[in-house]
Amino acid sequence: MLILARRVNETIVIGDTIRVSVVDIKGDQVKLGIEAPRDVKVYRQEVYDAIQEENREAARSAVSRPAGTALPSLRRGDTQSRDGKSGS
Amino acid sequence: MRIESRAYGPIEIEDRQVITFPAGILGFEHLHEYALLDATQPGFYWLQSLENPGIAFIMLNPYDLRPDYVLDVPDEDLRSIAYGDEEDILVFAIVTIPEDESRISANLQGPVVINRAARLGRQAISLDPRWRTKHLILEELARAGGS
Repeated sequence: MLILARRVNETIVIGDTIRVSVVDIKGDQVKLGIEAPRDVKVYRQEVYDAIQEENREAARSAVSRPAGTALPSLRRGDTQSRDGKSGS
Repeated sequence: MRIESRAYGPIEIEDRQVITFPAGILGFEHLHEYALLDATQPGFYWLQSLENPGIAFIMLNPYDLRPDYVLDVPDEDLRSIAYGDEEDILVFAIVTIPEDESRISANLQGPVVINRAARLGRQAISLDPRWRTKHLILEELARAGGS
């Protein structure tokens, strides 16, 4: 891994199109500004991790209910009593 | 072709139901071939791995859950499934059913997009922070229906 020291307002350039700037540093938190073309995906690692974990949980839940009998009705009228908010 | 499925055991499917995920599903990157099956409950679908019959995902159409859902994913994700005609694109959200079944949820942050003409699929990551990994299905339906 390449490790570069940068100060606030300094930038690194990756390839021809990506620039990462240090916008602010407060305590142990660094605020980064990222300029990249729209087709370059930039995500927090946590987002990847959360979706992976959700998929694993989903696969486990599908296993325990092979027939899918617990699935709710997606027809909106079926999910609530009809009294209450009539006329919507 | 005949396949082994989690939901129905051995079943016969048509070639057009077979979808290739070149990058796999996040966390299951080693699996690339899936079958898209209808679930017995209308509006739900199975994404069944053809390489590992034990792996299958329940999915729904995110627009059934949230009529205001907008597919906002990087162009690269759409290019990877040969996005051309919008008519050919199917969007799904993977469903998680925890022990407490009332907390059944859908992942709107990691939508599964399928080009049914090219039979290519990909799990994308939404760029819109409104969409999260756990939208409680019963809550969303009650909210939308009561509006």
